[in-house]
Amino acid sequence: MNGDGRPTLEVENLRVELAGSGVDIVDEVTFTVAEGEALGLVGESGSGKTTVGLAILGHCRRGARLAGGEVRIDGKNILARSPAELRGMRGRVVSYVPQDPTASLNPALRIETQLMETLTAHGYGSSAEERRARLGEMLAEVLLPSDRKFLRRYPHQLSGGQQQRVALSMAFACRPHVIVLDEPTTGLDVTTQAHVLETVRELCKSHGVAALYISHDLAVVAFVADRVAVMYAGRMVESGPTHQLFRAAAHPYSRKLVQAIPDISGRYALVGIPGRAPPPGHRPTGCFFAPRCAFAVEECRQTFPPVTQVSSSHDVRCWRAADVLAETVLERIRIEAAEREQRGEVSLLAARGIRASYADREVVFDVSLAVWPQECLALVGESGSGKTTFARCIAGLHRQYTGEVILQGRSLPPGAGNRDRESRRMVQYIFQSPYSSLNPRKTVGQIVAQPIRLFFDLEPREMRARVIEVLETVALSGTLIDRYPDQLSGGERQRVAIARGLAAEPSLLVCDEITSALDVSVQAAIVELLAALQREMGLGLLFVTHNLALIRSIAQEVAVMSEGRIVEFGTVEEVLESPRVPYTQKLLSDTPSLDTALAAAAG
Amino acid sequence: MSEQAVAVAPAAHARQHRPWLLLLGDTWRQTRTKLGVTLVVLLVGTAVIGPLFAPFAPEESVKIAGQFILPFAAPSDAATLGTDNLGRDVLSRFLWGGRSVLALSALATVFGAVLGIAIGLVAAYSRGFLDDLLMRGMDVILAFPQLVFALVVVATVGPKLWLLVLAVGITTMPRVARVTRGAAVEVVERDFVRAAESLGESKRKILFFEILPNITSPLVVEASLRLTFNIAVIAALSFLGFGLQPPAADWGLMINENRQGLLAGQPWGVLLPVAAIGLLTIGTSLIGDGFARAAIGIQRGKAAA
Repeated sequence: MNGDGRPTLEVENLRVELAGSGVDIVDEVTFTVAEGEALGLVGESGSGKTTVGLAILGHCRRGARLAGGEVRIDGKNILARSPAELRGMRGRVVSYVPQDPTASLNPALRIETQLMETLTAHGYGSSAEERRARLGEMLAEVLLPSDRKFLRRYPHQLSGGQQQRVALSMAFACRPHVIVLDEPTTGLDVTTQAHVLETVRELCKSHGVAALYISHDLAVVAFVADRVAVMYAGRMVESGPTHQLFRAAAHPYSRKLVQAIPDISGRYALVGIPGRAPPPGHRPTGCFFAPRCAFAVEECRQTFPPVTQVSSSHDVRCWRAADVLAETVLERIRIEAAEREQRGEVSLLAARGIRASYADREVVFDVSLAVWPQECLALVGESGSGKTTFARCIAGLHRQYTGEVILQGRSLPPGAGNRDRESRRMVQYIFQSPYSSLNPRKTVGQIVAQPIRLFFDLEPREMRARVIEVLETVALSGTLIDRYPDQLSGGERQRVAIARGLAAEPSLLVCDEITSALDVSVQAAIVELLAALQREMGLGLLFVTHNLALIRSIAQEVAVMSEGRIVEFGTVEEVLESPRVPYTQKLLSDTPSLDTALAAAAG
Repeated sequence: MSEQAVAVAPAAHARQHRPWLLLLGDTWRQTRTKLGVTLVVLLVGTAVIGPLFAPFAPEESVKIAGQFILPFAAPSDAATLGTDNLGRDVLSRFLWGGRSVLALSALATVFGAVLGIAIGLVAAYSRGFLDDLLMRGMDVILAFPQLVFALVVVATVGPKLWLLVLAVGITTMPRVARVTRGAAVEVVERDFVRAAESLGESKRKILFFEILPNITSPLVVEASLRLTFNIAVIAALSFLGFGLQPPAADWGLMINENRQGLLAGQPWGVLLPVAAIGLLTIGTSLIGDGFARAAIGIQRGKAAA
């Protein structure tokens, strides 16, 4: 608190709209953040989180307009300031850390130049000596060296984590009163993420900064934030203390979000949220969440609920909040490890002594793994561990390897082009990004029909029926058949990609980080779908991921990969509950867990 | 579980449906495109159906009461726009003379574009040695100025029309190939190409059904630009006497034949074909420009408002 006892940051009835049409992007957003406090702002993509974050700097994206409300920092409304005044304030009074650190660092300037620039631009200190001393201090705060060698580097010579920490130190350089962190760890490995999060928390506390932490990852938010606000379709639907909000959410949407998070500490069923958030201009009358809400009644469809208090610091906008709360404490559905079926003699797919390289650089060393029918093997590792390269060797997408890939007892040559039709059909690969794996010039029908055309002889009419059938297996409507990929959401696109794989009626599905480009709620729905498919169709799965928390919900066995080698292998329970190798232990302890974060906060 | 459960407002997608129609709509909405299309329709119309309205046959001399009238006669009742260097009707020859220029330049452009697209796609997809080989080969052809290359070929073999198409087509090819390769290199890296490979899709299908549809915009722009240039080159070649041979009617040839008419006070034999060729090239480049602007989205904002 300041001298007069007001919170450092106050946002009141903020409204941002599209400049031409006046359609609201966000509206009626009200919250406060006190000195030294961190508020987590969560929601699916498109919920308006970043729009709110930028508005706190008096900025909005092109085509948008700050249309109403107030953003007060230290009691002064910054939306009333002139552009020149705002420029002076940014960095000094309020600063911003973007998701992608490369966006905030100039690739042509040395680290030293950029950091000094921040200090001089805001007139920090009176002499070069003083600024240089502060520079060392800044880097020490984010646990980076400040020797000459480091300062002379260019941004591309730093790792992603180091870049993000440089960006953090720039944001904290002039000791701002308010800092906006927009998903600063999304692109980072868990280990790096853990370091950065620790740094953020320390800095906010020690500098007494009011922080707004924007993220869709609730486990991360639970770790850094004191309070959490949930946004949905441009409105703030609930806000309250972290523990209370995650353990006893009063809004059905918040509950759904919590149920969608995978957690390493327990085997939970992941529950996706059906439907998608309405975009600006297409929001219904009444509560925006009503169409997706199990609690919705007529009243919800008529009028948007007002803010009601659940407790002194816990607000919610829901007509049925009392009923939601009455429905017991938020219970997550635990699932038990399924009885393992008796394994046959021959594995579905075995890889023996795979060594793969790019040009002269070897990235996978002597990896041997087996996937059994109707089972899921998770391959876990950080970026650069070689897990994707290994998966691509299996699928025939990467040819430069030695060793043997054996499909049901038959050895396969490297490269899909050299394999026979039947083995190409049996192994299907799902790519990480559905934005790149679907041809934007083809309709959904054409995309899904491709494997059917190549592997089966079907009449055109049967073909269409089959495509619709496959779309329905991945819970997509057959009416999407004539749509183009850019008319679909990220989750829908990934379902189409899965449908293309399934259309070949494969025995093995290789899934390469297939949820990492998606929202948590969508990720849950996709994992739910895959688990069901695996059970019902008897598929074998090779599930490649960097997210340890996710494998509980889908895999039976897990292989941990580091620097091109398998460092640990075992059942999911063995590996997650009693990891033997320090690398796995480290990975586990760095993985943010909602349960652990909340337990730590409570204890 | 089902994401489609919530119906998305159809209006949100109406604009996106059929990306091609949308792009053409954005193209058409611009004044420059409308002007270009008007010019092209007018001139192509003149060339295609003009002969139906021609008062004389193209090689027929104008006679008044059984008497041949003089070359470079001023416009009169007998010859609306006067006569040319051999006493033939300028208007009739103009109306007949557009077909050859249009047909030859269109054929040459199509021929060059088809070859160039195929070579550019193969180069982009194969990378490595074949890429280098093909593209350096293209560079060699590119080193000749377009007109000089055609002149050398036609002067060596003789003024055959198929040779004209071939020569101009070949000089068009490397330019189209460069644009194709440049656009396709980025598309080749996308995962949907990997997906098609892993399914065992044939190379031909990957090139023409996966990659090509993603680079149509720059190709349409390039093709319109090449057509514009080729019209000028074909007209220049026939002006120089390497195209249609006299006494055939041809715009390029007419300019050459009637040069003295400018001094003799009968400019129509030159002015008409010059204006036609000029306006035609302006028309095609305006259309190409309109499409290019629509493709990169300059006009999208205006269209939405």
